[in-house]
Amino acid sequence: MDFFVAQFLTGLASACSLFLVASGLSIIFGVTRIVNFAHGAFYMLGAYVAYSLTERFSGALGFWAALVCAAALVAVLGVAMEILLLRRIYRAPELFQLLATFGVTLMVEDLVVLVFGPEDLLGPRAPGLKGAVDILGQAIPAYDLFLVALGPLVLGAIWLAFHNTRWGILVRAATQDRDMVAALGVNQKWLFTSVFALGVFLAALGGALQLPREAVNHAMDLKIIVEVFVVVVIGGLGSVTGAFLAAVLVCELNAFGVLVLPQVSLVLVFAVMALVLVLRPYGLLGRPDGAARPAIGTFITPWRPFTARERMLVAALIALVALLPLGAGVYVLSVAAEIAIFVLFAASLHFLMGAGGLPSFGHAAYFGLGAYGAAFALKLAGLSMAGAILLGPLLGLAGAVLFGWFCVRLSGVYSAMLTLAFAQIAWAVAFQWVGVTGGDNGLLGIWPQGFAATPAGFYWLALALAIMGVAALRTLIFSPFGYALRAARDNAARAEALGIDRHRIQWAAFALAGLFAAVAGALFAFLKGSVFPDTLGIPLSVDALAMVLLGGVETISGGVVGAIAYKLLSIWLMSETVHSKLVLGAVIVTLVVAFPHGIGGAFTRLRDRLGGAAA
Amino acid sequence: MLEVARLDAFYGRAQILHEVGLRVGPGEALALLGRNGAGKSTTLRAIMAQGPRRTGEIRLLGADVSRLQTHELVQAGIGYVPEDRRIFTDLTVMENLEVGRRPARPGHAPWTAERLFALFPNLAEMRQRRGGQMSGGEQQMLTLARTLMGNPLLLLLDEPSEGLAPRIVEQIALAVMALKTEGLSILLCEQNLHFARLICDRACVMARGRLVFEGSFATLEADPARRDALLSV
Repeated sequence: MDFFVAQFLTGLASACSLFLVASGLSIIFGVTRIVNFAHGAFYMLGAYVAYSLTERFSGALGFWAALVCAAALVAVLGVAMEILLLRRIYRAPELFQLLATFGVTLMVEDLVVLVFGPEDLLGPRAPGLKGAVDILGQAIPAYDLFLVALGPLVLGAIWLAFHNTRWGILVRAATQDRDMVAALGVNQKWLFTSVFALGVFLAALGGALQLPREAVNHAMDLKIIVEVFVVVVIGGLGSVTGAFLAAVLVCELNAFGVLVLPQVSLVLVFAVMALVLVLRPYGLLGRPDGAARPAIGTFITPWRPFTARERMLVAALIALVALLPLGAGVYVLSVAAEIAIFVLFAASLHFLMGAGGLPSFGHAAYFGLGAYGAAFALKLAGLSMAGAILLGPLLGLAGAVLFGWFCVRLSGVYSAMLTLAFAQIAWAVAFQWVGVTGGDNGLLGIWPQGFAATPAGFYWLALALAIMGVAALRTLIFSPFGYALRAARDNAARAEALGIDRHRIQWAAFALAGLFAAVAGALFAFLKGSVFPDTLGIPLSVDALAMVLLGGVETISGGVVGAIAYKLLSIWLMSETVHSKLVLGAVIVTLVVAFPHGIGGAFTRLRDRLGGAAA
Repeated sequence: MLEVARLDAFYGRAQILHEVGLRVGPGEALALLGRNGAGKSTTLRAIMAQGPRRTGEIRLLGADVSRLQTHELVQAGIGYVPEDRRIFTDLTVMENLEVGRRPARPGHAPWTAERLFALFPNLAEMRQRRGGQMSGGEQQMLTLARTLMGNPLLLLLDEPSEGLAPRIVEQIALAVMALKTEGLSILLCEQNLHFARLICDRACVMARGRLVFEGSFATLEADPARRDALLSV
C-alpha cells in the first residue's frame, strides 16, 4: 500500500513536465491549427539552456532564476520561428506547417550537439529541495512533491488568464473561430505570436524543470514529443484541462504499468489512447468543432490524368532510369533501388492523404509489417523470394484492415494520431516479442534469389514493382472508386447524401494504402537482407510524411516527386557531412518557404502559368 | 461613406463577381437584394477581404482601403455581421461582447454592454450564458451587438432575418432602424424584401454575380413582373 502511494506520487511528479509541454502544444494547436513538431525540440532546448544558466548563476535564487530565464529565452526562439517561418506559410495546406517545424527539429537536434556536446549533462539538484520527505514510511524526493504541487498551480494560472483577461478571451474565441475574431478587428498575427510565446515558454519550462530529475541529452525531444502527442490527443486538442488529466493518466499508467505488466508497458499507453479515441473521438475534453474551415478557392487545380504528351514524357523518363544498370556501379544501384522502394512507400501514403484526405503519422506500420511478413514467409514458411514478396505484404494488408477500421472513424489530426498509436503498438510488439521477431536483433539473412540476386536484377525488380504500384494508385484515383474517395474527402456530408458509404470507401483506401506500403516494405527487407523493428518506427513514418508534404499533397505526383527529392538529398547529405540533420532541416525549411504547395505544386503552378500564357 | 467600384472576385480561376459597384452615403441604408446564390454574401465577404481573391476599388470615407486586411478594415470603421452568425459558443454573452470591443471613435459615443442591453433587452437577462445555449434569435442579436462593440461607422449586415420567427425579425428590424436613426450607415443583404424596405432608403439587386438594378424601392416595385423576375418573391 505505502509503496503504491509512493509510486502514485512519482507518477504525478512526472505528469507535471508532461502537462506543461502538452498544454503548450494544445494551446498553440487550438489557435493556430499548427501541429508543432518542434515542441519537443523547445522542451530539450529549455533543459540545455537551463543547464548552462545554472552553471553561471549561483545561489538558490540563481537556480530558480535560471529555469525561468531559460524558458523565456527559448520562448524568444519560438517567437522567432513563428515570425520568420510560420507566418509565411499560414495559407499553405494543413499539415504543411508540420513539415516546417519538422525541419526546425532536425536542425535543433544537430545544433545542440554542436553547442553543448554529445555527452549527457547532469544538472544540479534544486536548492532547498535536495532531501526527501517521509510519507507513509516511503522516502519521496522533496523536488517531486514540489512538481506535484506545481502542475495544478500552472493549470489554475492558465485557467485564470483564459477567463479573466481580454487576451485569454481572445485566445478562447480564436480557438473556436479565428476568422471571426479577425472580422471583429483583432490582428491575428499578434494573437498567434503571443500564443506561440506562451506555448513554447511552457514547453521550455517543462524541460528546465526536468534538470534535477534526469540527465539532459540530445534525444530528449523525440522521446517527449510522442508522449506529448498522446497526451494532447487523449485530453482533447485545445483543452488545457484535458491535457492535465491526460498527463496524469499517462504518467500513472507508466508508473503502475511497469509494476503490473512489464511486458506490455510499451504498448499500454498507446492502447489506452486508442481506447479513449474509439470511445470519445475528440479526446476527453475536446470539442467536435475542430475542423478548420477549408480555405475555399485558395488552390483549385482539378486533378486530371496525364495527357498523351505527358505520358510519352513519363515513358521516356522510365526508359531512362531503367537503363541505369548499364552505367552505374553496385552502390548507385542499391541507392536507386532504395529510392524506388521509397517512391512506392510515399505514393501509398500520398494516396491515403491526398486522395483520401486521411493524414497518417504512422504509415511505417504497414511498411514494417510487409517487411516482417516477407521475412516470415521466407524463414518460417520456407517460401521463395517471389512467394515472400507476393504473400508477405498480406500481413501489412491485415494490419491496415484492422487499424484502418478505427482510424477512418475519426477525423483530421485525431485520426493521424491514432495511426501513430497503432504504429507504436506494432513497433512495441516487434520489439518485445523476441521469440518470433528476434526483437532488437531483428531477422537476418533475407537475401534476394535468382535473377534478383545481382544488384541490377534487384534494381529492376524494385523499379518494376514501384512503377506498377504507382500506376495502379494513379488508375485508382481516376476510377469511380477514386471519385467517391475524393468526394468524401472534399465534403463528407454531401458525399454521404449522395449514397457514398464514406467509412467503407475510406477503409478500403486505408487498406489499399497499407497493402502498397507493405509491398515496399517486403522489397526493403530483401534490399537490406534483414528486418528490424525500426522499419515500423516513428522516424520512418515521419520521413514518409515529409516526402509527401515536400512533394505536395495536393498534386497527384507529390508522393513520387517528394520521395525522390527527399531520399536523394538525405542520402547525399549523409555522405557529405556529419551535420546532415542540420543541413537537411535547413533545406526543408527553405523549400517550405520557397514552395508553399510542395515541389509538385510548384510544377503544377508553373505549368498552369505557361499553359495560360500560351492559350 | 463606402464606395465600391469594379469589384471582381474569383474562386481559383472562376470569376464569381463581375464589376460590382456600390455607394453607401453617410447615414444611408442601402439594401443589396437578390436570390440565393446571386452573390450578395460574396460581395460582403469580398469587401471584408474574407474568402475570395478580389480586385477593384474600395473606398471608405474617401480613403482607399482595398489593400487592407480584414482586421484593419474593422479598425478603419467597417462592422461586419456574417450570415451564419458565428457566435463563440464556448464564451458567455459578456465574453462574446468583449471579443468585439474596440476603442471609441472621436465624436461618437462609444458602445458599452449596458447601452447594447438597452437596445436588446433579451440579452441583458443572460449575461453569463454561453453562446451555444442561446436560441437563433438571441444569437442573431448577440452577433449584432458584438459587432457594434467595435464602434463601427458602417455596418455590413448579412441576412439578419434568415431563419428567424417573425416576432424576432421585428425586434431586430426595430433595433437596426434605431441604429440608422443614430446615424450609422448600413449595407444590408436581404432576401426578405419587406424587411429591407423597412430599413433601407435605396435598393440594389444582384443576379449571377452582377448588379442588375439600382434605384428606389418605388421604382423596383412599380413593375411587379420585373420585381418578381429579379427576386422571385
